[in-house]
Amino acid sequence: MSDLAISPRTASRSYGAMILRRFLSHRMAVVGAIVVFVLCFSALFAQFIAPHDPLRIDTSLRFLPPFASWEYPLGTDDLGRDTLSRLLYGGQVSLIVGIVAMLTTMVTGTLVGLAAGYYGGVVDNLLMRLVDTLLCFPQVFLLLVIAAFVPPTILSISLIIGLTSWMEVSRIVRAQVSTIKSSDFVQAARGFGATNWRIMLVELLPNIVAPVLVAATLKVATAVLMESYISFLGYGVQPPMASWGNMLTNAQGYFDTAPYLAILPGLLITLSVMGFNFLGDGLRDAFDARLKMDA
Amino acid sequence: MRGDLAGYIVRRILHSIPLVFGVSVIGFGIMHLAPGGPLSVYTLNPTITAADIERLRVALGLDQPIHVQYLGWVGSMLTGSWGYTLFGGRPVLEVILERVPATVLLMGTSLALAMVIGTLLGILGAVRRYSLFDYLATTGAMLALSFPTFWFGLMAIYIFAIELRWLPSGGMYSFGEEGNVLDLLRHLVLPQMVLTLVLVATWSRYARSSFLEVIQQDYIRTAKAKGLSSRRVLYRHAFPNAVIPLVALLGIQLPTLFSGALVAETIFAWPGMGRLFVDALSMKDHSILMGMVMFTALIVIVGNLLADIAIALIDPRVKLG
Repeated sequence: MSDLAISPRTASRSYGAMILRRFLSHRMAVVGAIVVFVLCFSALFAQFIAPHDPLRIDTSLRFLPPFASWEYPLGTDDLGRDTLSRLLYGGQVSLIVGIVAMLTTMVTGTLVGLAAGYYGGVVDNLLMRLVDTLLCFPQVFLLLVIAAFVPPTILSISLIIGLTSWMEVSRIVRAQVSTIKSSDFVQAARGFGATNWRIMLVELLPNIVAPVLVAATLKVATAVLMESYISFLGYGVQPPMASWGNMLTNAQGYFDTAPYLAILPGLLITLSVMGFNFLGDGLRDAFDARLKMDA
Repeated sequence: MRGDLAGYIVRRILHSIPLVFGVSVIGFGIMHLAPGGPLSVYTLNPTITAADIERLRVALGLDQPIHVQYLGWVGSMLTGSWGYTLFGGRPVLEVILERVPATVLLMGTSLALAMVIGTLLGILGAVRRYSLFDYLATTGAMLALSFPTFWFGLMAIYIFAIELRWLPSGGMYSFGEEGNVLDLLRHLVLPQMVLTLVLVATWSRYARSSFLEVIQQDYIRTAKAKGLSSRRVLYRHAFPNAVIPLVALLGIQLPTLFSGALVAETIFAWPGMGRLFVDALSMKDHSILMGMVMFTALIVIVGNLLADIAIALIDPRVKLG
């Protein structure tokens, strides 16, 4: 009797341990996790780490090169603003947009996928045709068209990115749901009189957590990248507020005299996107070596 | 020969029609739900009065009910004008078609280059799985996917145009050199490099997994057991089967290709469709934006259709359901 009570727990513990072990053996995934942690930490505490006010203009200190002074470790820009402080606050913008957009994507994509996979039939047909249709538009085009007409705030940008990128997620969720929806435990729940909502959220959802989690991590990467595209083209976070994308736009004008202004924000975008990508890849391999979301 | 091939192609074409309809509704809807609507650009102009805007609204048919406007727009697409630009009043389709050659040149050459490089990287990676090369190639592909394309472009301009002065930083021709092919090629190198990098990253990942799957199959083992050289097995036996799925990737990658071209064209002032789109955005020219969104989506639909038909033609294993 006690055997029966204990065995599922030990099984789940060893499952967790196996996932962790597989994840840790993936070298780049660990690097990704560390990068993501450092970025989140510095964005969270930007107010305390930043040596200066990111908006303070000092025209006597224009274009200080990086590593030249302790006061301004990464130099200053065309208006004498501290680059390090601007990068830290810009990172805050990127990560907030990345995470809010990811949440929007995941909630929309999961709900659509759950409904399509669970109900099947007409609902499935309509929702999946909607997904097919939206996937015909190149994302950057759709994104820019909407962003250009909506007043840019951190929230509006996040929502726009999130609402133009949930389609793949809904396909992944739908595929998972349609394979498990006829399982015995779902039938049992239905037999006990569970409502459709209850079955979808309490029975089905926990069983597809792994692919959803992997997709979520990768979606943060895409969202950070998309935010930088929008900001770079001038429809994102508006100056003087700093974002990595608009710092690059600004740097474009001083390319031959101060190239370092363009190098640093780009490096940070790459680093954070890469961090989330490697983290997501590592999670995917850890959960299931054969789990593919390429389609 | 499979007699139902023609039937499959017809069904596949019919299947695209709801997509085209859906795309037109969504494209139209987005542009008309935008705050301020199509005339929002004028409301910011102090020299234009409310009466002027009202006159424009009537002139452009924007006072009509939304479904009448939609039908009018669809009608303009069927008759070939695709509406008229807000600035200049030229037919939208004409303005877009003008930009097609530049974009096709950029996208076509980049795609061709990416296919060759990506497939080679994929084959090598699959054959020498887990080798140092494979490790570097997969990590490199991941790195390339994480680059913001525009930043890569800016760095390329900095290194090759500003520091080394090897190549021009933008445009299609130098002043006074219009029509000079060598000059064109010099201008093509940098934007093409940027676009190719994005495509190679995805392409090599797909090629690698496709080859890995094929070379583990029984018929490859049989071919090897017959004593054929591994080169012959790879190129004569594995290659055709591994490459077929990549044809589908061509269709799937079209949206990415357009997005990448938009960025490359913006940075390098390449006078293609992407550039047209970004310019129309800054002028808030609704008609061009709507036309561009439709145009790219239609190409994506047609591209996927052609890819599916091509696969059905070359691969007898495909079920013609």
